[in-house]
Amino acid sequence: MTRTTERVLRAWATVTAGAFALGVGFVADADAKTALKVYTALEEEQLPIYKEAFEKAYPDIEINWQRDSTGVITARLLAEKDNRQADVIWGLAATSLMLLDKNGMLDGYKPKGYDQIKDQFKDTRSDKPTWVGMDAWAAAVCFNTAEGEKLGIAAPKTWADLLKPEYKGHIVMPNPGSSGTGFLTVSSWLQSMGKEGGWAYMDKLHENINSYLHSGSKPCKSAAAGEYLVGISFAYPGVNLMNQGAPVQVILPSEGIGWDMEATAIMKGTPHFEAAKAVADFSASAEANALYNNSYQVLARKDVNAKVPENYPANEGELLINNDFYWAAENREAILQEWQKRYGSKDAPKS
Amino acid sequence: MADATVQSPSLQAQRLVRPVAGAEEWAQRLLILLLGTWLLVTVLVPLSVLFRKAAENAQGQFIGLANFAAYFRDPALVQSIYNTLTVALISTFITILLAFGFAYAITRSAIPFRSFFRSIALVPLLAPSLLPGLALVYLFGNQGILKSWLFGHSVYGPIGIVMGEVFFALPHAVMIIVTALSAADQRLYEAAESLRAKPSRIFWTVTLPGCRYGLVSATFVVFTLVFTDFGVPKVIGGQYNVLATDVYRQVIGQFNFQMGAVVGLLLLAPAILSFAVDRLVQRKQVALLSARAVPYQVTRRPRIDAACLILCVLVSIFVLSILGMAVFGSLIKFWPYNLSLTLSKYNLGALGTVGWGALWNSLIMASLVALVGTIIVFCGAYLVEKTKTWPWARSAVHFGAMIPLAVPGLVLGLAYIFFFNAPGNPLNVIYGTMAILVVNTVGHFYTVCHLTAVTALKQVDNEFEAVSASLKVPFYKTFWRVTVPVCLPAILDIAAYYFINAMTTVSAVIFLYSSDTKLLSIAAINTDDAGNTAIACAMGTIIVMVSATARVVQLIASRKLHARTQAWRNR
Repeated sequence: MTRTTERVLRAWATVTAGAFALGVGFVADADAKTALKVYTALEEEQLPIYKEAFEKAYPDIEINWQRDSTGVITARLLAEKDNRQADVIWGLAATSLMLLDKNGMLDGYKPKGYDQIKDQFKDTRSDKPTWVGMDAWAAAVCFNTAEGEKLGIAAPKTWADLLKPEYKGHIVMPNPGSSGTGFLTVSSWLQSMGKEGGWAYMDKLHENINSYLHSGSKPCKSAAAGEYLVGISFAYPGVNLMNQGAPVQVILPSEGIGWDMEATAIMKGTPHFEAAKAVADFSASAEANALYNNSYQVLARKDVNAKVPENYPANEGELLINNDFYWAAENREAILQEWQKRYGSKDAPKS
Repeated sequence: MADATVQSPSLQAQRLVRPVAGAEEWAQRLLILLLGTWLLVTVLVPLSVLFRKAAENAQGQFIGLANFAAYFRDPALVQSIYNTLTVALISTFITILLAFGFAYAITRSAIPFRSFFRSIALVPLLAPSLLPGLALVYLFGNQGILKSWLFGHSVYGPIGIVMGEVFFALPHAVMIIVTALSAADQRLYEAAESLRAKPSRIFWTVTLPGCRYGLVSATFVVFTLVFTDFGVPKVIGGQYNVLATDVYRQVIGQFNFQMGAVVGLLLLAPAILSFAVDRLVQRKQVALLSARAVPYQVTRRPRIDAACLILCVLVSIFVLSILGMAVFGSLIKFWPYNLSLTLSKYNLGALGTVGWGALWNSLIMASLVALVGTIIVFCGAYLVEKTKTWPWARSAVHFGAMIPLAVPGLVLGLAYIFFFNAPGNPLNVIYGTMAILVVNTVGHFYTVCHLTAVTALKQVDNEFEAVSASLKVPFYKTFWRVTVPVCLPAILDIAAYYFINAMTTVSAVIFLYSSDTKLLSIAAINTDDAGNTAIACAMGTIIVMVSATARVVQLIASRKLHARTQAWRNR
């Protein structure tokens, strides 16, 4: 677009914008409450509970959620970089927040009770952390017990089990290029098995994989619905479906599991910085952590006695690998390229 | 048949009126400018802002074609292009074949229930793209009730994509071809018969050439739709990568807007091609409905009618079983392990604000889109088709109108963020409001509506304009008194098409809705993401019911109007 057309367009736009504004009918909020735009990838059913608890603690602030899946909401935040709409992010993958941080979009703030947050859940590189963890979600294997019985195949217990010939054509996992869960799983294999060991493992696993799906939770949901026997995914969707009666078992492979955390951050340049701080404070509080515990087992705070949520696999905390998020972030592009080269053009399965 | 005796007076008339048309011509030029600006602001400029990113690196520096070079080094790319072309060609071939047969049956044969069949062919439009995906899994997936029909082949891959795309593209093709076939001049057939032409010869020399324009349009519309669609391959494509899922992988998986823009540009190729072909075909198109035209009279032909009936029944079964399976999916307790029935999934109130509130938002948005979109599209098509001023501008506007079809919703949605949310853009006041959803949706579905309007207008003889001009009736009066009433069925079609697409759209608006303007179609996607497939089916079914209601209202209105304004079609 040339300068002149841009100028002409702008002039035209100013006129129409006025007309639009009239048409849309903006009504000034008579309420004295501060309305915060909070971007999130939390599960839909958690939102009203968190909102109610927060607004009870801070009656002057009102939360307006903007919720979508991790990929969509991150893409949207990045696309809105030059004119940010969000005030706070509450409940988005820490790896996404690191990406926003790299783009200079987050403001540093140390919330109340910061010393009670475990070290893995902190941005330890900085004195004024730009994000603070809430809870962890880790890789898991969903296994359909009903189909397993029909086929006479037992549930896997380890990552190594998945290489057994009986699983050939029965495993689905997320494409790491499309899904954060897929990437954290691949990056955890590379970290825990070493670079060469990790790729060698994936080469063999590739032989057993039926297909790579475009969403992190879909493999587990497909396994729960009996579409596939084994879905590499994370625990929450499996547990959720198990509670609805699906014949699915959620397994945490004993070699250790990759993980990411949900975290909170304040957007740089928000006009409601004080209110945003309140969200950061609340998100790091013991009260909020107790709420997170209804869905997740590993929490950010040391002082909250975490229980195991219903049907959730135990000992998740012990199995988390020592995940180097910075290493993963720096090598992300190279890993995805290598992955794409090795497995990206797999032909459609015959089965 | 625009015979010589008709043509010469009209030419004379034009020559006579030219000097007095000055003010009127300027009014038309102003309107064309307005329309052009609208298309620029709602489609082309946002896209150019996004596509500029194709030549930038992540830091926003200009790097020329480096992104393209990097993309073409990707080993999976050739495969993606090949895959995309394969499914697009197969789906287009099947769709056009079925759609032509179907459209022929409901316009030219004497089979019963023609209007019923016509509504059935449009049923896929009523459903959000999530529904056929889920239904195909229920039908042909690894637990599917008809799995054995695939002889051991997996539905995940080209087979599933083609089935989904045929379902998804069929109504678009039927809509365009029906419009093309329904305007036939009985005199041509009478002439052919009195010359003792065989029925097959009449078909090849009268029927096919008569709807050539519609057929070519439909082919390109379908090809472009399938080429750029990502809803179906994402759900059912499995390992079979196509260009549209590559965009998804780049943008949603890796937040690489630059690469997303590169693939997005590749997706525009069929639209550009289609525009070129469109121009070529159009040059040869003559108005079928001259001022003396006599409407086509359906006659009984037992054999052909029987074949038509069989085709209609088979296509209807295909369409209804996919929809029916999705409805069934919303009624069962837990697929596939507990198949007892329940209505509990329809209690959207239990989902809090996302339930009924989202339905309400969808209704408001769809109504606004139908109103605003229809007015803009029809007036626009009239300016392009029926005015004589500024041929280059009309041609440019027509080209602009072809673009949206080629743009994947995902790409358009992102483009809207970059353009409408830019800090310096005064239009950013509409960002986050209902208005941007309306503007985006009107733009997104512009092409098919435009083509429908153009096809309808082409069939109205230009002589009407010439005569009214020679009688010194201003063009807007002719437009209002002749063109609009004559084209009312098409106008209603467009309004219903807009309404229904606004109810079902997801991919573009997913970047643009805010917490106050969440739509039911988006709620359905999110619900499926959360693992509640049955509730997602229920939401989809509610969308289908609302859209179907809109369609029924349209049909009733259309019939009433038909009696009043289309009486001239009957002898």
